[in-house]
Amino acid sequence: MARPMVHAEGVRKHFGRLEVLKGIDLTVERGQVCCLLGPSGSGKSTFLRCINHLEKVDGGRLTVDGDLVGYRQSGNRLHELREAEVAERRREIGMVFQRFNLFPHLTALENVTEAPVRVAGVNRTDARQEALRLLERVGLADRADHYPAQLSGGQQQRVAIARALAMQPKLMLFDEPTSALDPELVGDVLDVMRDLAADGMTMVVVTHEIGFAREVGDTAVFMDEGVVVEAGDPRRVLVDPEQERTRAFLSKVL
Amino acid sequence: MPVTERPAEAAPARPDDLVAVPVRHWGQWTAAAVAVLGLVGLVGSLAKNPNLKWDVVGHYLFADLIFDGLFTTLWLTAAAMAVGLVLGTLVAVMRLSANPVLYGLSTGFVWLFRGTPLLVQILFWGYAAALYKHLMIGIPFTTVTFVEFDTNSLLPASVAALLALGLNEAAYASEIVRAGIQSVDPGQTEAAHSLGMKPALTMRRIVLPQAMRVIIPPMGNETINMLKTTAYVSVIAAHDLMSNIQDVYNQNYQIIPLLVVAALWYLALVTVLSVPQAWLERRYGRGTARAGHASPLRRMLTGLPGLLPTTRERKG
Repeated sequence: MARPMVHAEGVRKHFGRLEVLKGIDLTVERGQVCCLLGPSGSGKSTFLRCINHLEKVDGGRLTVDGDLVGYRQSGNRLHELREAEVAERRREIGMVFQRFNLFPHLTALENVTEAPVRVAGVNRTDARQEALRLLERVGLADRADHYPAQLSGGQQQRVAIARALAMQPKLMLFDEPTSALDPELVGDVLDVMRDLAADGMTMVVVTHEIGFAREVGDTAVFMDEGVVVEAGDPRRVLVDPEQERTRAFLSKVL
Repeated sequence: MPVTERPAEAAPARPDDLVAVPVRHWGQWTAAAVAVLGLVGLVGSLAKNPNLKWDVVGHYLFADLIFDGLFTTLWLTAAAMAVGLVLGTLVAVMRLSANPVLYGLSTGFVWLFRGTPLLVQILFWGYAAALYKHLMIGIPFTTVTFVEFDTNSLLPASVAALLALGLNEAAYASEIVRAGIQSVDPGQTEAAHSLGMKPALTMRRIVLPQAMRVIIPPMGNETINMLKTTAYVSVIAAHDLMSNIQDVYNQNYQIIPLLVVAALWYLALVTVLSVPQAWLERRYGRGTARAGHASPLRRMLTGLPGLLPTTRERKG
C-alpha cells in the first residue's frame, strides 16, 4: 500500500497551560475524504491547522506524504524548518477557511492567480487561463472581475476553493467551510466539494454537516476534548456509534 | 373605537395630483444669513485695512526670493515625508516583531523622537557640531578609523533640517503604519501563508495594500502638517519659504503683508496636496463598498439642495 497522505501519531498541542490535543492518532490515505466532527473546543480545527503548520505541533509525529510537518529529520535530530521551507511545503496543501479569507483588494480572478504568479512563477497568461477554468468549475466564470465584497458568502467560499486549487495541491484542508454561510448557500459549496472528492482529491474536512460526512466521507473521526473518541466508516460511526459520547453528540445535532 | 366609513370624495383620487410640501427650515436660513453677514463684514474690513498693504503683498507674492523658499519648502516636505514613511514602516515592522531587541530599539526610538519637542530636535541637529566636532566611522573602543568628517560640512542647515523633520516624522508615521498593519484581519496572513507565500511577500502583496486604506488619511494629514511644520526650520536658517520671508521683513519691517504672502502660499500648496490624497484613497479603496467618494467641493455643492426647499419632491 502507498504511504498515507496524512499520518499522525500521538500529536499533542497546548496553548499556554490548556492542552488542546492530547495525543491524536489518525491516518488519511491517498484519495480519501476524512471528516472530522465534534463539539466546538474539541480540537478538530487545531489539528487541521497543525497539518499545514499554521499551528506548531508540540509533541508526537505528524507527516504529510511522508514528510514531517515543520521539521526535517537527520539521524536522531529534528531540525525546525525555516520560514521559506515551511512556505515551500504549504504550496502543496490547499486550505479553505470558515470565514473565506479572500483578499478583499483583489478581484475573484486576481485572488486565484496571485499565488500561482507570485509563488509558483507561472506566467500571467497561463495563470489567468487556468484561473478562469477553475472559476468555471466552481460555477463562477461570470464573476471573475467582481471584488469579494460584491459576492455572496457561498460565492466567496467557492472562489476560495478555486484559489486553493490553483496551486495544484495534493491535499485539501477544509475548516468548517459552510459554517458561516446562509443555509440556502451551503448546497452550492458542498456540491463543489463533492465534485472534488469524486475527482479523487485527498481531503480533510472539519464539518458539522453530518449528511455530507455520511455521503462523501471515506472515514469519519469523532473528536472530543482533544482526543479521538471514535473513528471509522461514517455509515457506522455517524449512524450507529459504539461510544456513548458520540451518540450524545449526534442526538443533539441531528 | 368605532370605525366609520370614510366619505368617498375624501379618498385620494390620483396620487399624482398631490403635492408634498417639505418642512421649511427657517432656523437654518437665519443662521446661514447671520454667518454670511459676519463673513462679508470681516472680509470687507480686511480689504479696507491700510495696514495690510496689498501692494506690498502683490509685490512680494511672486518674488524670486519667495520662489527659492518655496522650492526648499517643497523638497524638504517631500524628502522628510519619504524618510519618515520608509523609516516609519521599518520601525513599525520592528515593533510588531517577536524579537525583543528589535522591539525594544523601535519602542525607544518612538519614545525619544515623539517625546521631545520638534523645535528642540531641529536646533539640536542644527548645532550638532557643538556636540561632535568630527564624525568618524571606525571600530568602537579602538583607534581604528576608516573615514572622518567635519560635522559642520556634513550637516549644513538643509541636511540638519531634513534629519530633524524626517526622524520626527518616522516616529509618528511608525504608529500610523503599525495601526494600519494591525487593522488587517490575521486571517489574511493565514490565507496567504496557506498558499505558500513567504512572510515578506505576504506583507508586501496582501497586508500592506490593505493597511494602506487605514494609513493614507492620517498620512495625508501628516503631509499637510509637514508642509507647514517646515516653517520651524527657519530657526536654523534653512532657506525655506518662512526663513526667506523672515529675512525680508527683518529688513523692511513689512511684517503683516509678508506674513500674508506666506499664508497665501502655504494655503495654495495645501489645497493642491489634497488632490493626490483623494486619488490615493480611491486607489487603495478598491473592493470596499465606499470606494467611490466625492471631492469636498462636490459634497458641498450636492449638500446645498438639502438646505433649499424643493418643490420637486413628490409622493408617487
